[in-house]
Amino acid sequence: MELNVLRYIVLSPLIGFLINGIGGKRLGHRAVGLVANATVLISFLIGVYAFTVLLSMPVNERLLTDTVYTWISAGALTIDVKLMMDPLSVVMALVVSGVGFLIHVYSLGYMHEDRGYARYFSFLNLFMFSMLLLVLSSNIVLMFVGWEGVGLCSYLLIGFWYEKDSAANAGKKAFITNRIGDYGFLLGLFLLASSLASKGVLSLDFTAMAGHVALLSPAVLTVIGVLLFVGATGKSAQLPLYVWLPDAMEGPTPVSALIHAATMVTAGVYMIARMNFLYVLAPTALEVVAVVGALTALYAATIGLVQNDIKRVLAYSTISQLGYMFMGVGVGAFSAGIFHLMTHAFFKALLFLAAGSVMHALSGEQDMRKMGGLRTKIPVTYAVFLAAALAIAGIPGLSGFFSKDSILAAAYGSGHTVVWLLGFITALLTGLYIFRLMSMTFYGESRIDEHTAHHIHESPKVMTVPLIILAALSIIGGYVGVPRLLGNIFGWHDSDMFVHFLAPVFPVVPAHKMPVAVETWLMIGSIAMAVLGVFAALYVYVTKRMQPAKSAAQAVPGLYRLLLNKYYVDELYNAVIIRPLMALSRSFLWKFFDVWIVDGTVNGSAYVTEWASARLRKIQTGDFQVYVTIFLIGVFSVLAYFVLR
Amino acid sequence: MDFLRENILSVVIFLPLAGLLAGAFINRESKSALRWLTLAVAVIEFAVSLLLVVWFDPSATGMQLVERYTWIPAYNIEYHVGVDGLSLLLILLTTFLTPLVLLGSWTYIKKQEKDYYLWFLALETGMVGVFASLDLILFYVFWEAMLVPMYIIIGVWGGPRRIYAAVKFFIYTMFGSLLMLIAIIYLYFAHGSQTGAYTFDVLKLYGTYLPASVQGWLFAAFALSFAIKVPLFPFHTWLPDAHVEAPTGGSVILAGVLLKMGTYGYMRFAMPLFPAAANAFLPYLAVLAIIGIIYGALVAMMQPDIKKLVAYSSVSHLGFVILGLVALNIQSVDGAVLQMVNHGLSTGALFLLVGMLYERRHTRELSEFGGIAKKMPVFATIFMIATLSSIGLPGLNGFVGEFLILIGSFFAKPAYAVFAGTGVILGAVYMLRTYQKVFWGRTTNAANEGLKDMSPREIIVMVPILIMIVWIGVYPKPFLAIIQSASKSYIQYVRPRAAALPVYRQGPAFRTPERLK
Repeated sequence: MELNVLRYIVLSPLIGFLINGIGGKRLGHRAVGLVANATVLISFLIGVYAFTVLLSMPVNERLLTDTVYTWISAGALTIDVKLMMDPLSVVMALVVSGVGFLIHVYSLGYMHEDRGYARYFSFLNLFMFSMLLLVLSSNIVLMFVGWEGVGLCSYLLIGFWYEKDSAANAGKKAFITNRIGDYGFLLGLFLLASSLASKGVLSLDFTAMAGHVALLSPAVLTVIGVLLFVGATGKSAQLPLYVWLPDAMEGPTPVSALIHAATMVTAGVYMIARMNFLYVLAPTALEVVAVVGALTALYAATIGLVQNDIKRVLAYSTISQLGYMFMGVGVGAFSAGIFHLMTHAFFKALLFLAAGSVMHALSGEQDMRKMGGLRTKIPVTYAVFLAAALAIAGIPGLSGFFSKDSILAAAYGSGHTVVWLLGFITALLTGLYIFRLMSMTFYGESRIDEHTAHHIHESPKVMTVPLIILAALSIIGGYVGVPRLLGNIFGWHDSDMFVHFLAPVFPVVPAHKMPVAVETWLMIGSIAMAVLGVFAALYVYVTKRMQPAKSAAQAVPGLYRLLLNKYYVDELYNAVIIRPLMALSRSFLWKFFDVWIVDGTVNGSAYVTEWASARLRKIQTGDFQVYVTIFLIGVFSVLAYFVLR
Repeated sequence: MDFLRENILSVVIFLPLAGLLAGAFINRESKSALRWLTLAVAVIEFAVSLLLVVWFDPSATGMQLVERYTWIPAYNIEYHVGVDGLSLLLILLTTFLTPLVLLGSWTYIKKQEKDYYLWFLALETGMVGVFASLDLILFYVFWEAMLVPMYIIIGVWGGPRRIYAAVKFFIYTMFGSLLMLIAIIYLYFAHGSQTGAYTFDVLKLYGTYLPASVQGWLFAAFALSFAIKVPLFPFHTWLPDAHVEAPTGGSVILAGVLLKMGTYGYMRFAMPLFPAAANAFLPYLAVLAIIGIIYGALVAMMQPDIKKLVAYSSVSHLGFVILGLVALNIQSVDGAVLQMVNHGLSTGALFLLVGMLYERRHTRELSEFGGIAKKMPVFATIFMIATLSSIGLPGLNGFVGEFLILIGSFFAKPAYAVFAGTGVILGAVYMLRTYQKVFWGRTTNAANEGLKDMSPREIIVMVPILIMIVWIGVYPKPFLAIIQSASKSYIQYVRPRAAALPVYRQGPAFRTPERLK
């Protein structure tokens, strides 16, 4: 069904961007904030309206479209600016605009004193525009516009405090790492387009593609799937392209919340889910997704265990949680992956914003070694932080539990035992690192220096209200997708509404033939892991009052250093790729090859000509006798030739 | 109106020359009058050139708005001009950039203003003439005539090594052109002796039958001449020298328009005139183009001088255009033509901006800058948009061209896109690195403390370019519609005849699925 208001979901923040971007300096803080917030709220409200329209439609016809105009047309290749909303994109659109809106509100308070207030909000709106375009596009090229757009916005916002070199570098790193992923994505897109074209279909529309990918051979589909996933590893910070995300915390904290929760990093997961029709036909590619996701989940969690910067812990936790989402979609449980994407958006936005509130209270301090005992001093922040921590740890009853459990169950049920095991261990580490963070920040004794301690204050309402809303969502957000098993226990029918709602988008996955007993034990197992992690952390850091960093460093110094330095991956990339390329370009290509060989040949031929001419010129002596002599030699030579022939 | 319509192309070609004559009567000291007069001429010229669009029918094939008069009857040389989508867009690009360049030069040029502005008008006539000519001799005359003003602009108003750069530019280009002239004359006689019709009409010459080896030589002569102009790797080294030494206006026109004459030459002359040879050379051209894309980007990445960096980036960008032209399908060729325009806009914008910075600081060394964004926020914003356009951010013009070229070359041969695509990454690397070095970080250099942001005049120079950058990015359809029939006939000229001459079919086959045409 054509629903022409869809375009305004995307357009509204773009208008906000233009207003604040062009006239921001003259508008004043209030107007800037109003425009930025109102435009995102409008998107959200239209999204809600479209959602109700969607709900009122028969289950299998739930698809709204809005064709705006033809964008590119070259030969048989036509790419429209066309939006579509099905159950998958409506979930994404609501999460993006809803959580995004709360982050906008919070920013009103957080960025209040910043010199670049208007610039900040205009970029934030551009971010919303790009992400909404990404999730609402009806074809893969238009999606790529949003895809690159979020890359740009992350670049602009991470580098927002551009006078700091670290921020400027981090911004650039984000963009370029993303571009590397995008290169893979583009190749995947090209291969898809040309393979389809060779079957007589040149359309990059999702619906059209879904109808025709079955024509392609599994090998081709696998290559396409892996290439597209390369793009996803860039955007969604998976191995090996995750390196930009931890540095992304150089941006203002609400930006981290935006990047880590609502926008940007979820794009890769969404893309795989959107392209599910292709991935189910390319099981090997899907396997790659699942394995990379599982490895990333574990890998990032181990790094998160030892970091001392509060935002850095959260950054690695995002990478790890995104790994879970890829595990989910990778084992074919697309709705479980998207479910975790949604709950994660709630609690990760909350974690970052609450961390911002902590920093706000401590005059910008990020080092957890200089925190502690904040529980009573900033109680609201503490309470919401606790809710988010419990949610991410997967404590039963909170949102993270339901979504993580459905991923793990799906992994096990689909026979991905190794993937499941990695996820299972990660569950323990998650509880561990997040409660290590809680302990170092909120519990125990204060390690705050006196000057800062003097100024501790709870954040203003404009910041705490969004926190409270997000806390509520982190707690109850999972109840839209209660696993059947539990639903049956409590007598709720259709308890996994979420899966049902998304069902028309995703292929019918064969039901996991797991005996109830196995499923029960799996659930108990993951609960046990989570609880174990939480209590272990509390025991070590609160009860035993261990000096957080020291104890671990003493126990296993080598491993500790390896983790603290993030496995030296940045250094490795630097030494293996960046430096050699720079050296090659500068010393060989430019200073030697270009200057000496290429240009040397050009100038050399000019010099040779000049040199030869200078020699030849000598013949022109102007001496008549020489001319006559040469002339006579010539005449006699010719004669001699004819006579002697 | 009828008179105008029948002679519109001649009007567009010679209007700047008329302006030059008028300007010649103005006193050398009345600088302001000269500035305004030349600007007015260029603006009127642009307005008049818009009539070309009005009267151009995008759905028709072949040349339009044709004018044809006998010029030198003895050799059947004609004054024969006309446009298709390709030349139309390039003429518009020329008439669009010229007034901006003139306005942008007002404070930059501080000596012999009169000569500068008048030479620019002469240059404009030459450039439009090149794009409009359909007679090979007429084309050659304009091609050479346009060298002179540029030679003088670099040589008189350029930097410290301007004479070296100007001479190198002139002789290098001339070297290629002379080979082309010989090829033109050979072609004239070959065609005449076969058909009895001696003509320089390029459209008639398209059908000339030539033995394979002869085609190879003639194509090589044309291709070399244009390769130098593009510049295609490894014929590019005159470009960084010329750009660094040229005054801002010269650089803008050089990058924006003159380089396009090379790619235009491939599309209008070299490839369709000698299709069999062109097909044989295709893979080599593609490889050179790809080397150019990567090589240009890598070398650009290390440049300490911003202008030199942009110059090498042109080598990279023009590599994309050539790749699009040789991939020979509708997507890639459409993309290539659009990218000619895009490169003119984005690189033109970058050169204008670098010039503004140079006027303030008299240096272009990256290391001299840093933290400029805080001092010049408007400038920083506009520079950012130009940067993003140059690296092909979706939503801006560069993406549409690059995307079509890449997808088209993937259709032709996936390896092309695989290698060329790395240029997309490298482009981001060198441009963002530059941006960071100039604009971000702290202002450490005291000389940058008192920098003034853009003046209203400077903003007026940039705004039209920004509008085009966004327009083509968001709604490229009208432009693609104009290009369409020109690319179709180009492909038809180049491809089918290759099949007719089996001797040239040994090279890698170019596969384009039927329905992509």
